[in-house]
Amino acid sequence: MVQSFANPTRFLRLADRLTPWAAGATAILMAVGLYLALIRAPQDYQQGETVRIMFVHVPAAWMALMVYSFMALAHGTAIVFRHPLADLAAKAAAPAGSCFTFLALATGSLWGRPMWGTWWQWGDARLTSMFVLFLLYLGYLAVWQAVSDPIRAGRIAAIVAIVGFINVPIVKFSVDWWSTLHQPASVFRMGGPTIHPSLLVPLGVMAAAYAMFFLTLWLAAMKAEILERRIHQMQIAEAGRA
Amino acid sequence: MMERGERAIFSGLNFGAAAGELVALTGPNGAGKTTLLRLIAGLVRPQAGTVELEGGDEDRTIGQQAHMIGHQHGIKPALTVEENLRFWKDFLGGETVQGRLEGLGLEALRDFPAGVLSAGQRRRLSLARLLVAQRPIWLLDEPTTGLDQRSLGLLSEHMRGHLQEGGIIIAATHGALGLKPTAVIALGEAA
Amino acid sequence: MKPIAALIRRDLGVALRQGSSLGTAIGFFLAVVMLLPIGLGPDQALLQRIAPGALWIALLLSVLLSADRIFLDDYDDGSLELLASGPLSFELVTLTKACVHWLTAGLPLAVIAPILGFLVNIGPDQVLPLAAAMIMGSLGISLLAALGAAVTVGLRRGGMMVSLLILPLYVPVMIFGVAASTPQTIMAGSGVSSLMILAALSLAALVMVPIAASAALRAYMQ
Repeated sequence: MVQSFANPTRFLRLADRLTPWAAGATAILMAVGLYLALIRAPQDYQQGETVRIMFVHVPAAWMALMVYSFMALAHGTAIVFRHPLADLAAKAAAPAGSCFTFLALATGSLWGRPMWGTWWQWGDARLTSMFVLFLLYLGYLAVWQAVSDPIRAGRIAAIVAIVGFINVPIVKFSVDWWSTLHQPASVFRMGGPTIHPSLLVPLGVMAAAYAMFFLTLWLAAMKAEILERRIHQMQIAEAGRA
Repeated sequence: MMERGERAIFSGLNFGAAAGELVALTGPNGAGKTTLLRLIAGLVRPQAGTVELEGGDEDRTIGQQAHMIGHQHGIKPALTVEENLRFWKDFLGGETVQGRLEGLGLEALRDFPAGVLSAGQRRRLSLARLLVAQRPIWLLDEPTTGLDQRSLGLLSEHMRGHLQEGGIIIAATHGALGLKPTAVIALGEAA
Repeated sequence: MKPIAALIRRDLGVALRQGSSLGTAIGFFLAVVMLLPIGLGPDQALLQRIAPGALWIALLLSVLLSADRIFLDDYDDGSLELLASGPLSFELVTLTKACVHWLTAGLPLAVIAPILGFLVNIGPDQVLPLAAAMIMGSLGISLLAALGAAVTVGLRRGGMMVSLLILPLYVPVMIFGVAASTPQTIMAGSGVSSLMILAALSLAALVMVPIAASAALRAYMQ
């Protein structure tokens, strides 16, 4: 199925058809999710209202990790299957992924201040590894900008994505391996989620909303990249004829 | 006299060029043609000897009254062809960009980013700078490289026009320029 | 006036379309800031004491190492020689290019750096003095970085050399910058005089750097 998307024109048609649905789904899920998170979900007996930051922070962190994994997978596909759009798929995903990471770091810091008494703590493994993830995203974007030849840029970016992927499991398991500041895993763990459904449901809806949001952004970015490449090729051809 | 490293490139060189004259520099690679041109442009200083200009503008250096087209093109790939030329006109104090692109057959590429140009087209764009800079002395380092027949013709025409207006051209070249030079200086021959 | 405006417009245009080095400089800044507390340990009180100095070090290094682009592009494609043959003095050309770099990289970094101070547990009353000092010193920092870029433009191992050459010149900037950044000195009154000295250093650089940088670039063009 993925092979059928190798044709940029067909991909553009698919993207055009898919985008309104993705955008609509984003709007609905976001509305429902925010309602559940801000109105319906109960207060935390310790933290009060500030616990609601969780509904913005946690899905953002999930997306930060998922997008990076997607990027590493896309580059892997580019290398193994020589899929022509795979490099581009990763490039299109990176800006959104870095924003999710920044959002997770910022909201986490805001949440941590009333809870832990500090904006930031370097000794905590999860905070540090998420910060490293943010730097990896920045480095990845820098490669695409710095290298002028798109093919070569794709190869070097692939190295950053694939080698940097080792950080993703570190982030995930950091709270299990080291117990410092950040709380341990309560959703994706071996025994199943430990948080109450009244919190789990809004969390899930927000996560789905974020995922749809990412899909919308990614489709738009892919379209922009494909068209940009096409314009460039047309200009070269035109200049050759002049 | 000019040295590079420990080696004297040329010495005892003595020649002049008057208004409307074309001086051709010939010689094998490494003979010092580029160095001589850069010397006249004021980019390098000779160990001994001088470059003098009679007439012309007293307040400006020779380098500011000459324009050199070297091997590199000085084009920013991110800007369009017209933006590149317009910058040089504004910076070097030329009159107008009108018609300059047409003069070297580049009008169709006006709004294209300069990065998509072929090597020959880049050569033509850097040569278009001559038309924009409007300096009396032209220093050309192998201007015919990478040009096709039609462009060679255009270049010869512009060179002829420049000489007729009283300009001076000093050109380093391997091949024919399409014009008969007033003098030919052969560098790099018997020591 | 027109040639200067044209040069500014061109450099800004290229920076806008091709991308300036600001993003990479910010990333580098974050990476340096990350290493310091990891190396020094979790003592938050210690971090707060060294926060101004640490941020200054990170700022200086980020500006210095992102500055090599100032002249490299023009040196590589031959524009530099053409810029030297225009009606402007070459000193004015180098000054203009250095100032454009300050506007697009040095100044934004000096504004962002104090805000990121929370990563090294900066005290809330330290942020504003730090910001004032960094912005006041940012022109001098950018100009010296431009000097470093000019002096190493034709070298392959430029990065290390430029640090060796320019970091000593940063010492006075650093001394007065940190002195102006700590609230104790502000209250004692010497903070303002440090700011004035920073301004004086920037103005001195404004005069000296173009002369030195254009001499260095001419040497490379020989």
